Amino acid sequence: MKAVYLDNNATTRVDPAAVAAMLPFFTEQFGNASSMHAFGSDVGAALRKGRQQLQALLGAAFDHEIVFTGGGTESDNTAILSALETQGGRNEIVTTAVEHPAVLALCAWLEKSRGTRVHYIGVDARGRLDIEAYRHALSPRTAIASVMWANNETGTLFPVAMLAELAHEAGALFHTDAVQAVGKIPMNLKDTAIDMLSLSGHKFHGPKGIGALYVRRGVRLRPLIRGGHQERGRRAGTENAPGIIGLGVAAELAKEHIEEENTRVRALRDRLEQGLLQRIGNAFVAGDTENRLPNTSNVAFEFIEGEAILLLLNKAGIAASSGSACTSGSLEPSHVLRAMNVPYTAAHGAIRFSFSRENTDADVDHVLEVMPAIIARLREMSPFWDGKNAVQSGFAPTYA
Amino acid sequence: MWEYSEKVQDYFFNPKNAGMLEDASGIGEVGAIACGDALKLMIKVDPEDERITDARFQTFGCGSAIASSSALTEIIIGKTLDEALKITNQDIADFLGGLPPEKMHCSVMGYEALRAAVANYRGEVWEDDHEEGALLCKCFGVDEGMIERAVRNNALTTMEQVAYFTKATGSCGTCVEGVETVLERTNAAMVAEGLLDPALAFVAGGAPVVPAHKQRRSPIAPPQPSSSRMTTVQKIRAIEEVLEELRPALRNDGGDCELVDVEENRVMVRMSGACVNCQLAAVTVQGIQGRLAERLGMPVRVIPVTAGQ
Repeated sequence: MKAVYLDNNATTRVDPAAVAAMLPFFTEQFGNASSMHAFGSDVGAALRKGRQQLQALLGAAFDHEIVFTGGGTESDNTAILSALETQGGRNEIVTTAVEHPAVLALCAWLEKSRGTRVHYIGVDARGRLDIEAYRHALSPRTAIASVMWANNETGTLFPVAMLAELAHEAGALFHTDAVQAVGKIPMNLKDTAIDMLSLSGHKFHGPKGIGALYVRRGVRLRPLIRGGHQERGRRAGTENAPGIIGLGVAAELAKEHIEEENTRVRALRDRLEQGLLQRIGNAFVAGDTENRLPNTSNVAFEFIEGEAILLLLNKAGIAASSGSACTSGSLEPSHVLRAMNVPYTAAHGAIRFSFSRENTDADVDHVLEVMPAIIARLREMSPFWDGKNAVQSGFAPTYA
Repeated sequence: MWEYSEKVQDYFFNPKNAGMLEDASGIGEVGAIACGDALKLMIKVDPEDERITDARFQTFGCGSAIASSSALTEIIIGKTLDEALKITNQDIADFLGGLPPEKMHCSVMGYEALRAAVANYRGEVWEDDHEEGALLCKCFGVDEGMIERAVRNNALTTMEQVAYFTKATGSCGTCVEGVETVLERTNAAMVAEGLLDPALAFVAGGAPVVPAHKQRRSPIAPPQPSSSRMTTVQKIRAIEEVLEELRPALRNDGGDCELVDVEENRVMVRMSGACVNCQLAAVTVQGIQGRLAERLGMPVRVIPVTAGQ
């Protein structure tokens, strides 16, 4: 049985071309870029190329606006902590209730340990940001607004270009966690007011353990990690040369495939989603279907629980993920679904399918073939289902 | 991915006795869809000898919830009601070759459903309408009786275990204090009955600040007993210092907190401003309690008093 991998928002397979480009930098070209000999200078040239490949993907004005880091989480931490130091006198953060834990856990820690005031902007039932509340929360006390570009669970896109301009009107810096957006939608950072952007290599077929923080020229940055002069003193530590080179190749490939991502991959996602909704009743899509990543679909199935669905999918060779409580060890559905007030009949049965350019029509066919039986089987076992209908009456789906 | 035993996987992938039982003589329903798991247990009882001749289940929940429900039906079929009632959640977990600690509440749900079904057959009023005790955890509908039974049956001694076994405290966290009281009281009773080593018994206060489900899994080192040598004046000074550190955060939210009195390990404070009526006040009190315990090196109980007291 061929495995069907539809969990690309969790991580992706490293593209073989990226692996091939990386390998020599573990063996022959193992030099330290800082060294004063040929071993080092070869590596230095390769690092510059990686930086330029990433610059091109982001549409950044300068290659030195890229600071390589250990991943998305480090980039998020660097951006927010730096802003609190450089924005003298300003000590408030504006962010959203649906951010990744890389931002939320940091904010919670800042609230607790430093008394930082954090404003968490909510979303509506489709996951759309409350722009009025965002505007209202910005003030002369705001050091930084940090808003994700795309939500990892639903794929919902936030209008970050506009949000960045609003932040600037209040004199605040604007950072976006774009870990899920980079490589999936076109970007041209030089035409936006975005000051900082976090990304992670392994979300777009690059290696794990490498990421970057884009820092617009002129924006002051206080390093999170101090030591050497690497990355112009903005991130100390010997460069992860294989990682940077792999990330560069992945960025170039993502740029080449970005149209495919938004046409063929989008069509695969849409066919799966529509196919599931046609074949299975009492199911709906969670998220803003009009402004969404092309690769992500979050479908909530009522009256059954997500972990049970995933276990049966896994047995059928299909990898997906769930925002259900039971899969995470937490006792509640994900904070994203709760912030959206997804009906409680369905919040536990939300399944995320996330595609990449490596997926095929056959993958979609396989899921459409096995999913109706999986859902039917679990519903037969559910006390809230009588064979055709929900046992509980009075439920009115609020989603299209 | 959870590490489920082969038997859990088998009972999930090939569940026995799933579905409706026509003309059931007793039905027990526990849990709710909002809570993430629910179980309807149906039993058929031979009135001659009160033997369970058939049992079926319908379960909304994860893999281990379905496996636990199915295992329960296998265990009880052929048993008399009295024999069946001797089963505990641990028997269900053992039957399945064990459950991950975070999933033990699935076995507790089976145990509670069995009690409910037997009560239903016998025409008794099931205690789950909370006559026996207050509904402590409103998020997951857990009352005192269920916590006491889970604590006794499984010799639970930490708040983390209580969350794993009953889910109580696992959501908003406002019931932490109430659950602590029940755990402390039940452990004390178990010690008195010779069922529990006094050294293991839970003592309220000094608990970690984080909600139980977010706590580290490794055991938390007990506070150093340095405060035994502290005088009352030293204690008060230390408490004032801690409150001073926390004050900026409270004031940021428009609230405040002042020390009223100290009696042994009980610290009376007055919450004011926005802290009054704040739904998160209990969490704040927990936070203060944790910090004080850390500073004083002893378990303390922070008790909010109202103005005028």
